[in-house]
Amino acid sequence: MIEFFNIYFIVLIALLLCIIMSIIRVIFGPTIPDRVVGIDTINTIVIVGMVIFGAAYEEVIYIDVAIVYALLSFVSTLFIAKYLEGGEF
Amino acid sequence: MIFDIIIYIFLGIGVFFNILAGVGLLRFPDVYTRLHAGTKCTTFGSIFLIGSVILLGLKMWWDGNINGSVLSIHSIFALIAILLTNPVGAHAIARAAHRSGVMPARAVVDDLKNKPVKKSTKKKTTTKISKNEEVGGQ
Repeated sequence: MIEFFNIYFIVLIALLLCIIMSIIRVIFGPTIPDRVVGIDTINTIVIVGMVIFGAAYEEVIYIDVAIVYALLSFVSTLFIAKYLEGGEF
Repeated sequence: MIFDIIIYIFLGIGVFFNILAGVGLLRFPDVYTRLHAGTKCTTFGSIFLIGSVILLGLKMWWDGNINGSVLSIHSIFALIAILLTNPVGAHAIARAAHRSGVMPARAVVDDLKNKPVKKSTKKKTTTKISKNEEVGGQ
């Protein structure tokens, strides 16, 4: 059972590689929407990573954290987009 | 046994598309193409990664573990949250990038520049009322 769950840690290392590539885009982005795109990608990958972490340790509470993180990151992305657009709230 | 093979295949597809999303974020020349890479590839990869977790929960439930059904149902809710929120966020970012004046790479003409933008709803309602009055006056 333990050997089977080791595959999820390899997946988590690959997701960490994706997050590092997105962080490079956030740092060196020429414009502000580039950085917002990088942060949105990081949010989605972190949600998937939380779900896979919960599957690796067989803990359901990590997946609940992932659901709440998904909804809060959606609200934050909408607020940043509205701020860039320059409209009134 | 078949469950294990399907779980491995789903994990491979999901990791491949997530890495494609990272490479696309690094290599594409533009905001809109980067958004195309970073949102759609990530959504497609997360469908398969969370689908593998759902299959793992179903396998645990089939073996007699009660926690497997809870794991599977909560993973389905996380997948629904990603599927609902990710395209809407991408659309909002693209709209904000276009309205803040970011042009695509090697683009010369912007056809959407002269299109009238509805700034607020008050102007729209007032124009509608005035049009109705003109029609009634005639």
